[in-house]
Amino acid sequence: MSRHPRAWMGLGLLAFFGQAQAAWDVNMRSGVTEVSRSVFDLHMTIFWICVIIGVLVFGVMIWSMIAHRRSRRRESANFHENTRVEVLWTLIPLLILIGMAVPATRTLLHIYDASESDVDVQITGYQWKWHYKYLGEDVEFFSNLTTPREQINNQSPKGEHYLLEVDQPLVIPAGAKVRFLITAADVIHSWWVPDLAVKKDAIPGFINESWTRVEEPGLYRGQCTELCGKDHGFMPVVVEVKSQEDFAAWLGEKKAEAAKLAELTGKDWTLEELVERGEKVYQANCASCHQPTGEGLPPMFPALKGSAIATGEVDGHIGIVVNGKPGTAMAAFGKQLSEVDLAAVITYERNAWGNDKGDMVTPKDVLDFKQAEEATQ
Amino acid sequence: MSAVIDDHGHAGHDHHHGPAKGLSRWLLTTNHKDIGSMYLWFSFCAFLLGGSMAMVIRAELFQPGLQIVQPEFFNQMTTMHGLIMVFGAVMPAFVGLANWMIPLMIGAPDMALPRMNNFSFWLLPAAFGLLVSTLFMEGGGPNFGWTFYAPLSTTYAPESVTFFIFAIHLMGISSIMGAINVIATILNLRAPGMTLMKMPLFVWTWLITAFLLIAVMPVLAGVVTMMLMDIHFGTSFFSAAGGGDPVLFQHVFWFFGHPEVYIMILPAFGAVSSIIPAFSRKPLFGYTSMVYATGAIAFLSFIVWSHHMFTVGIPVTGELFFMYATMLIAVPTGVKVFNWVSTMWRGSLTFEAPMLFAVAFVILFTIGGFSGLMLAIAPADFQYHDTYFVVAHFHYVLVPGAIFGIFASAYFWLPKWTGHMYDETLARLHFWLSFVGMNLAFFPMHFVGLAGMPRRIPDYNMMFANFNMVSSIGAFLFGATQLLFLFIVIKCIRGGAPAPAKPWDGAEGLEWSVPSPAPYHTFQVPPDMSEVHEHRKGTGGELTP
Amino acid sequence: MNESLPTRRLVRRLLFVVVAMFGFGFALVPIYDVMCQAFGINGKTAGAYSGAQTADEARQVRVQFLATNAAGMIWEFQPLADQLEVNPGASREMRFVAYNPTDKPMIAQAIPSVSPARAAAYFHKTECFCFTQQVLQPGERIEMPVRFIVDRDLPADVRHLTLAYTLFDITSRQPPVAVHDAALAKERLQ
Repeated sequence: MSRHPRAWMGLGLLAFFGQAQAAWDVNMRSGVTEVSRSVFDLHMTIFWICVIIGVLVFGVMIWSMIAHRRSRRRESANFHENTRVEVLWTLIPLLILIGMAVPATRTLLHIYDASESDVDVQITGYQWKWHYKYLGEDVEFFSNLTTPREQINNQSPKGEHYLLEVDQPLVIPAGAKVRFLITAADVIHSWWVPDLAVKKDAIPGFINESWTRVEEPGLYRGQCTELCGKDHGFMPVVVEVKSQEDFAAWLGEKKAEAAKLAELTGKDWTLEELVERGEKVYQANCASCHQPTGEGLPPMFPALKGSAIATGEVDGHIGIVVNGKPGTAMAAFGKQLSEVDLAAVITYERNAWGNDKGDMVTPKDVLDFKQAEEATQ
Repeated sequence: MSAVIDDHGHAGHDHHHGPAKGLSRWLLTTNHKDIGSMYLWFSFCAFLLGGSMAMVIRAELFQPGLQIVQPEFFNQMTTMHGLIMVFGAVMPAFVGLANWMIPLMIGAPDMALPRMNNFSFWLLPAAFGLLVSTLFMEGGGPNFGWTFYAPLSTTYAPESVTFFIFAIHLMGISSIMGAINVIATILNLRAPGMTLMKMPLFVWTWLITAFLLIAVMPVLAGVVTMMLMDIHFGTSFFSAAGGGDPVLFQHVFWFFGHPEVYIMILPAFGAVSSIIPAFSRKPLFGYTSMVYATGAIAFLSFIVWSHHMFTVGIPVTGELFFMYATMLIAVPTGVKVFNWVSTMWRGSLTFEAPMLFAVAFVILFTIGGFSGLMLAIAPADFQYHDTYFVVAHFHYVLVPGAIFGIFASAYFWLPKWTGHMYDETLARLHFWLSFVGMNLAFFPMHFVGLAGMPRRIPDYNMMFANFNMVSSIGAFLFGATQLLFLFIVIKCIRGGAPAPAKPWDGAEGLEWSVPSPAPYHTFQVPPDMSEVHEHRKGTGGELTP
Repeated sequence: MNESLPTRRLVRRLLFVVVAMFGFGFALVPIYDVMCQAFGINGKTAGAYSGAQTADEARQVRVQFLATNAAGMIWEFQPLADQLEVNPGASREMRFVAYNPTDKPMIAQAIPSVSPARAAAYFHKTECFCFTQQVLQPGERIEMPVRFIVDRDLPADVRHLTLAYTLFDITSRQPPVAVHDAALAKERLQ
């Protein structure tokens, strides 16, 4: 049970009565692209066909249940076949189905249209985050959930975009055809944004393709839709559509950021600065397995609090974070995080939850470690 | 026709001996009625166990946030709920009904292979004991969904996956033996003159189901064997690193999985096709087309599997083929629904519990069929796939489909099994509470699915909160109601108004010609059915004296 | 109670079906591979090139190159260029760089995939580092070539091809001795 039963019960009541009407949404959204609107129209067409057939069939049935009750009719009729009727109700549904198949085929062929695109983005699914790489632009980053653990554990009120918010959304330009090349690094994931009507499985070792063209700038949210392990429910997709000019500016900024990061690596860091930065990095990358408390979820995810690694030799600690531990769920963060973030998170782990080593790992240490590894022949 | 009655029920005293006493009666029995009862009880226990897991799931989803369980355990619950309901509750229930009713319906003294029958039942507790024990192992039980997609179920699986694979093998062997038994019984043990087109539809649908089982359970065994080899013997069927392909897993799995869906519904079609005519006091409309429709559904089930995989990136031609083939299933399914409605039309209807469940079956299963048709449309499926819309869809075909079909059958034949009438008032209460609870639980899932809630997540955004709370309340109601069913059945076994041989005046079929409760041995001397007309020619009602 | 002769015969036939279907499950593996080759499922590429060996100068197709590391793979792995403009029918080469930053010899396997899937059947590799396992010594950096021909019959509306490689660490799939031997063998070659 929750540690704060009253808090979450109160929240529940709030959820029930205080929500915006969006909480009573009963239908698919028509979305913001030509494709999503045609999918929505298809959905509604078939829905109404089903409703009409349903009303007819259930109407006859309910009429019969009322009018042909035994209290009204002592004697039942005795017919039990009628070839003409049976042929009719085989053929008519067939015609209706053909009527449905025509627009469905048209939409499907449109979705599969592989013509030239303006921007290409490689999307890679990881347990449990997305990685975006702009092809030919040297810009790539991970996109992590930012919802704080306290909200998930009902210790603080949930925000509007609870579980649907990330540190760095995928940014794409409005009006341009954006091609997604989707793959995965570990298990199968599925990348879905309802407003774009794009859902494609991310399969390790293979590449899938999809595309979108969004007319208007805006923020569009979705989630992973293929069970991918423990935190399947905690790897949202957020797409930010910017105008062409803003997109170009953003892309320039991203490239500048990479340069700035290189600079940061050379900066003089204090223990406090590193611990502060490290805590954020830890929450985004490590806390889902090793837990915010550092106690982990043994045996799958060992504790860091008081662990031999986090309180032992610095090199061993850097090594396991950079290279991961093969055969376990511990990933190699050496390429996922910058030297600054690696140094910060290692420093944090050595000084949090009573691991009071008091020592400090600087970005330069991490860089040296990596270079030393390279030099070892 | 009087010759038909005289020959059974009380004949052949010299062969007769009652059941053995004590535990050995159940351990060693080869009697189809004993084994049928054991299957039914086993299935009900599994239903309660799988149901309580569903309660854990719904309790966690009652509100956003993590309250009761952690995601790791939540995934084990969704996985085990699916596996137990499919392989432990629904399939054994139908095998139990087949054991009890098929010999009675075709005038056979027992199943064709009674000792294998015993063995196939006793494999089940072993298999499920093994499966459930994984929950207590280090690293936890299966947490990769009942569809166990690789590589989540191979490279990334908990240690216990090996036990899971072994449990699936045992269940598969059990199902295959059960299916062989059913086919052998139906093809070889029919009473003289009982031609195929005289068989009740329950027998027909089970015959077709048994062939489906024989065709696809070995494929399931194959796919888990490949998993086992990937995990322990270094092969790479499903691992891209070694030249394999995780998508291949899905193709092989769904080649089994789609016919499996029909395995869980066809016997219910058959039972309902006996129940609706009985309470409409009118012969089944379109017997012949029912048989052909069942065959058509079974055939189509082999060529539609990729509709579960529209988003994995199959080529557009494949996508179109599987979309069209899937849409075609609506035709024979529609024929069945129209036939049931026509059977009721101008009948003389009463609504005892079996009929209530059967009517709800027709309506709600059809709703599940509609959402199935929507899911068949590939471009729309990109929006529905792996959301709660799918969860709503398959619960609409499985709960009011398979489960209501089983309840309808249970109430219909309980007087024959126990010799007592069940408590009609309580049974109707059971129906109404189940009906309300089930719709409250599953209808809102359509809404949250369309609004964008993925399936198999332990926590969700506030925009899905309201309908999830409604769903959970419905699920709790539905779950609690099933304890009432247990009470009704026990009450009926222990006493109640004595049931006549044929408690339903409109019922048809050989099973009503033996006394209630059905004696331990029936039809030692087979009844002669050669005088009875086939369904397509006759006017019905003649199978019963 | 002994089963009758017809029943025994029937059971034998049914058991044969069961065994056959179990085999069929395994037969789906090669069947699937054939289907993949034919339809480019999962971007699996076609076999040897049999079309005209002359370049179609009138047409250019853009081929993009992607390099992805599977989880747990620590190597650096990337193409020397992001893309090439290619004339169908002409044989072209691209090199990928791989670097093993660890202090242990490692073995990797690259898995290719071409998108869009329907173009995969028109993409022919004549030489590829993905045909064999790659052994890298500690700290070793190599360039690995792939030679390919885009089919002249490539549908006219496809102007865009992506060749993606995923690099898997398969060191632990081999016994340690084999890894050592492979590393030694390679050293001797150099």
